[in-house]
Amino acid sequence: MKDDLVLRVVTKLFIPFILLFALYVQFHGDFGPGGGFQAGVIIAAAIIFYAIIFGLPTTRRVVPDWLVETMVAAGVLLYGLVGVTGILLGGNFLDYFVLGATPVAGQLRGIFWIEVGVAITVSGVMLKTFYMFAARARDE
Amino acid sequence: MSVAGHFIYWATIYLMVIGLFIVIARGNLIKKLVGLSLFQTSVYLLYIAPGKLIGGTAPIIADGFSVYSNPLPHVLILTAIVVGIAVLALGLALVARIREAYGSIEEDEILAAGEPAQ
Amino acid sequence: MMVATVTVLARSRNLFAVIVLSGIYSFLMATVLVALDAVDVAMTEAAVGAGISTVLLLGALHLCRSDEAKPLQAPWRSLAMAVATVGVLVYGTYGLPPFSDPQAPIHRHVAPRYLNDSVKETGVPNVVTAVLASYRGYDTLGETTVVFTAGIGVIALLRRRGKQREKDAA
Repeated sequence: MKDDLVLRVVTKLFIPFILLFALYVQFHGDFGPGGGFQAGVIIAAAIIFYAIIFGLPTTRRVVPDWLVETMVAAGVLLYGLVGVTGILLGGNFLDYFVLGATPVAGQLRGIFWIEVGVAITVSGVMLKTFYMFAARARDE
Repeated sequence: MSVAGHFIYWATIYLMVIGLFIVIARGNLIKKLVGLSLFQTSVYLLYIAPGKLIGGTAPIIADGFSVYSNPLPHVLILTAIVVGIAVLALGLALVARIREAYGSIEEDEILAAGEPAQ
Repeated sequence: MMVATVTVLARSRNLFAVIVLSGIYSFLMATVLVALDAVDVAMTEAAVGAGISTVLLLGALHLCRSDEAKPLQAPWRSLAMAVATVGVLVYGTYGLPPFSDPQAPIHRHVAPRYLNDSVKETGVPNVVTAVLASYRGYDTLGETTVVFTAGIGVIALLRRRGKQREKDAA
């Protein structure tokens, strides 16, 4: 499909906006609908879009396998680290009150970081699953 | 016990049972998985419908609104949706492997085949 | 409309049509969810159900490449079981409170506390995010672990072919 001029141009036009929208959904999850899961899925959808139009090998050069596999694990680790930081600073596991100067600031910081962790894991898993299915199909 | 008060539950039950019917009555593995995800989606509806208050708004605190729909089912269903797609991804990976091992994804043919042809 | 979509889906045997219909069903479900004031859930359902789910199903269909075979016998027993389930569940709904009843127990115990106190305690206006990330943060950790486990499972199931090909080529 990468020979079709219209698809190529439209894809290159759209993907930055889709990624920007994913970031918007992620960080505005506090004030409107959104949050980590939706943002992660939208990021994965943007990269899958790129893969459908430009082919899997090109996408593998842009977002390599080791990056996706690292993303899968890094999100859960980040979440756990936020929890352990709560313990190290004197509170309970996943206690946000001790993370900042005031309890509310601590809550906001804690919520921010765990949403980032969730988005990273969800987008990594969706992308890795797509890579596995597409790679398997090419091998046949 | 009015009809209008319970109609949405009955619609949800119909969707749920069609999903269940697809899972138990159809032999094609991919169709079974689609039926399972239909079933799950209708359960989301079953959970969120009682939380809605007519005249309320989405549970995002803002000035000017005083009645909000219940946020608790939304939280549960958000988790359920993500778990549902995890199940779907894993199930589809299994179906792909079954296809490679047995050569077909129809339940009857797989049961009749016996040992997988490696 | 959702009822019609699902009925056609159950009877259709072309798997590609089944997948497209399931995408349509997810979008309709997202619309209904917006009408029920569940905006977070609607966004997630639209993105996940109609987006990722359809992509993964199409990928699997490309790998499997078949249509559904004609069923060998009419599914009377399953149909009877389904109708019996409908009867039992409809009998069960008579115990549920009518739609949009402010006095229902669901609105009276924990939810008012979350709605009233979440901005003071967490500083986040979106109550769903506050409950998901802060009040019930432990459950969200479990859910992220479930997604992670699914990812690992898919990697474990679908990886070996590449290594076998390298061994065959070597």
